[in-house]
Amino acid sequence: MNDELTQVFMEELAELLESLEKGLIDLKEAPGDGGLVNQVFRDLHTIKGSGAMFGFAELAGFIHDFETAFERVRSGQVAVSDALIRLALAARDQIPALVEGQPDTNGARAQILAQLTEICAPDTGPDAGPDTGPDTADTATAQDGADAVDCAAPVARSQQLLHFQLTGPALALGARPDLLLAELRSLGATQITAQAATLADLRDLSDLETDHCYLAWQAHVPGELGSSDLEDVFLFVDATWQLSPLPTIDTPAPPPALKEAAPPDPAPPTPQQASAPAQTTAAKTPPAQTPAAQTTAVEPAASIRVPATRLDMLMDSVGELVTVEARLTELARRSRDPALMATSEEVSRLAGRLRDATMSMRMVPLRSLVARFRRLILGLSDDLGKPVDFVVLGEDTELDKTMIEKMADPLVHILRNAIDHGLEPPEARRATQKPARGRIELSAEHAGAEVLVRVRDDGKGICPETVRAKAIERGLITAEAQLSDAQIFQLVLEPGFSTAETVTELSGRGVGMDVVRRTIDGLRGTIDIDSTPGQGTTVTLRLPLTLAIIEGLLIEVAGELYTVPMAAVKEIIALPREKEQFSQSADYLDIRGQFVPFVRLRHLFGCDGASPISQNVVVVENADTRMGVVVDRIIGTNQTVIKQISKLQAGAREISGATILGDGSVSLIIDVPQLVASVSRSLPQRKEAAA
Amino acid sequence: MSTPSPELHEHSTLTALTFTIGSVRLAVPASDLQEIMDPLPITRVPGASSFAPAVLNVRGGVLPLADLRIPLGIAPTGPTQPESVRFLVLEVGMGAEPATVVITADMVHEVMSIPMAQIVPLPATSGWPPEFMRGIFRIADESFVLLPDLSAIFTTMAQRAVHA
Repeated sequence: MNDELTQVFMEELAELLESLEKGLIDLKEAPGDGGLVNQVFRDLHTIKGSGAMFGFAELAGFIHDFETAFERVRSGQVAVSDALIRLALAARDQIPALVEGQPDTNGARAQILAQLTEICAPDTGPDAGPDTGPDTADTATAQDGADAVDCAAPVARSQQLLHFQLTGPALALGARPDLLLAELRSLGATQITAQAATLADLRDLSDLETDHCYLAWQAHVPGELGSSDLEDVFLFVDATWQLSPLPTIDTPAPPPALKEAAPPDPAPPTPQQASAPAQTTAAKTPPAQTPAAQTTAVEPAASIRVPATRLDMLMDSVGELVTVEARLTELARRSRDPALMATSEEVSRLAGRLRDATMSMRMVPLRSLVARFRRLILGLSDDLGKPVDFVVLGEDTELDKTMIEKMADPLVHILRNAIDHGLEPPEARRATQKPARGRIELSAEHAGAEVLVRVRDDGKGICPETVRAKAIERGLITAEAQLSDAQIFQLVLEPGFSTAETVTELSGRGVGMDVVRRTIDGLRGTIDIDSTPGQGTTVTLRLPLTLAIIEGLLIEVAGELYTVPMAAVKEIIALPREKEQFSQSADYLDIRGQFVPFVRLRHLFGCDGASPISQNVVVVENADTRMGVVVDRIIGTNQTVIKQISKLQAGAREISGATILGDGSVSLIIDVPQLVASVSRSLPQRKEAAA
Repeated sequence: MSTPSPELHEHSTLTALTFTIGSVRLAVPASDLQEIMDPLPITRVPGASSFAPAVLNVRGGVLPLADLRIPLGIAPTGPTQPESVRFLVLEVGMGAEPATVVITADMVHEVMSIPMAQIVPLPATSGWPPEFMRGIFRIADESFVLLPDLSAIFTTMAQRAVHA
């Protein structure tokens, strides 16, 4: 199989599995939603179709049975139940292993399928297939034309796959494979094939033992044949045999689509090849609507799939381009050559557009993570016996894909903690007048240059005294330390800190939250924890929108150039005359009737020399707090490729990174959230007075 | 470290660059050295420790400029000959990962092969911080050369900066 095509299939499969999972979980919440049932069905169908097309016959067979069971749900004969969803999810989880070609060693797949079939079995009788089949298939075709294969499905269960092998000295004892095969044929076996089972183990022909049977056989046998029938056949021979559901749609003569795709053909089967047999099985369906054709049609031509690594490469190149562009602009400005300046301006414009386009390509909605979290919560809720309503707000909020990828694990930790440590068991909740069902809310929103991702639970909250006592015990703080509640909650993020009285399998080992912090630090984000005992805990992750390039405002303070992320800049005003004289570290400005605190960068950054006559105030905003930053001079905006600064300089709290300017010098990027936080901390009493 | 690390004995000689900071002669393994440069423009990092007070652009990367005088306790006198100051770009261990850093040398001398046997632990009374030293050796003109433990220095200083 062509690797590139397999890759495409794998990517598509990952998406389909995610969609399937989400559909099933949503269905659990809304069992009567016909739209969801149809979506689940469509996902299954597409997986089956592409699986068959790409030669994953076993996968297609498995899904086919899955789908057959689910068909009864779709036709309204079987109601959605929690047990059904659990089985369906378990079946879904088998799919990756199937694709990887892992054998069903402990029979888990067969068992899941059997249970699924059982739970979906009609009440009327064991085999209602022939009567209900055509009906359901008809309703199906009305909804989507891709069900050509399913029209033939009702008889699918009438065939099974038999695999058998003679063991030990069976031949020496007089076993006659030809007679066995004849007997099987008389029972209705078709398509009998021999396989060189252990022949490959034979190194040398001289090792051949003439009374050892090196062959195995495989055959299709009628569905009504039970184990007991076959036991009769093999009663007098030493043989191992195995009966399994046949992974194909079964029409007697021409091998159907799935079998067509199965042989390891070096050339990938084209949609035409794969769909041809489907046409013969269901002539009433026009060829354009065969499953194979449909899978390609699902993807509108307006979007294409690109490997993530190519996007990363593109981003790197754009980053370099932007740096070079800054240098070109600087050279053009110095040359004062109008033609060169015009050209460089054009290059800047194009580089900006290219940057924006590249960035937007990398933006992924939070939704892509949510299905995974729903599943996690569902599982934990079952395991821990804590019923939970999991609410997601703002799942359309977009973040850079790297950010999304890196954020997944920390969020898993936080969600686990919320359900494991945060939520009380239902009895305890009832005792405190809370609804027995806990509530966990995951929300995401844009706030200035940041994205806020919150996990809020309505559990028992964190008790600051307990944390404090534990921190003293662990030697993280001294008994005399004066800490605010917010500072105390931050201690939870310290390595080796865990307040759980018992260590469970899920959490409580004191690893986790420090890993969360490390990951979020690495993303240039911060974690805030807020908690009210008895009412719940809110963990807020503040993350920058992107990791690579931002629009920056270049400013000058005492000859030093700093960059302020443009997304945080609200306005720029001149510093009023009366505020020019330095009075104290921070002061207030009256901006259209609002008191806005401001900080003088000259002072904050300990610059020497006197300030110039006219200064500017850059008004920045973070999390609804505005603040003025007094600077000497505004230079202009530029595209800023963010470079990390070393851990050695972690003490520079108000600096989040660095960027290289057009002349090759380094400009530091101001960490607006930190700046706002540190300034607000320094003047709490004045803030109240002003308000 | 008061005893030289075992790795020092793995080779019969250590190829090292010798340089001076203040009045102290130091050596770093040539294998750690990426580049020797004339000083470049630097950017002060407000709020950073005096050990790593600035950053600079080295071939498109933003690297910290570190001052070994701080951890080693060398008196902070300005260089006697500003024109001989050089920047050394070094790859050092910092915590679990290697990091590229730049240090200032008041003067760079030579690359020499030092027989391992001649590198001895610092006497306890030497006054140098033992946790930052791999050893000391004597050179021809009867003066001593200190072999600082760069990984220990940078790992410790990074921890201090993060937890400050």
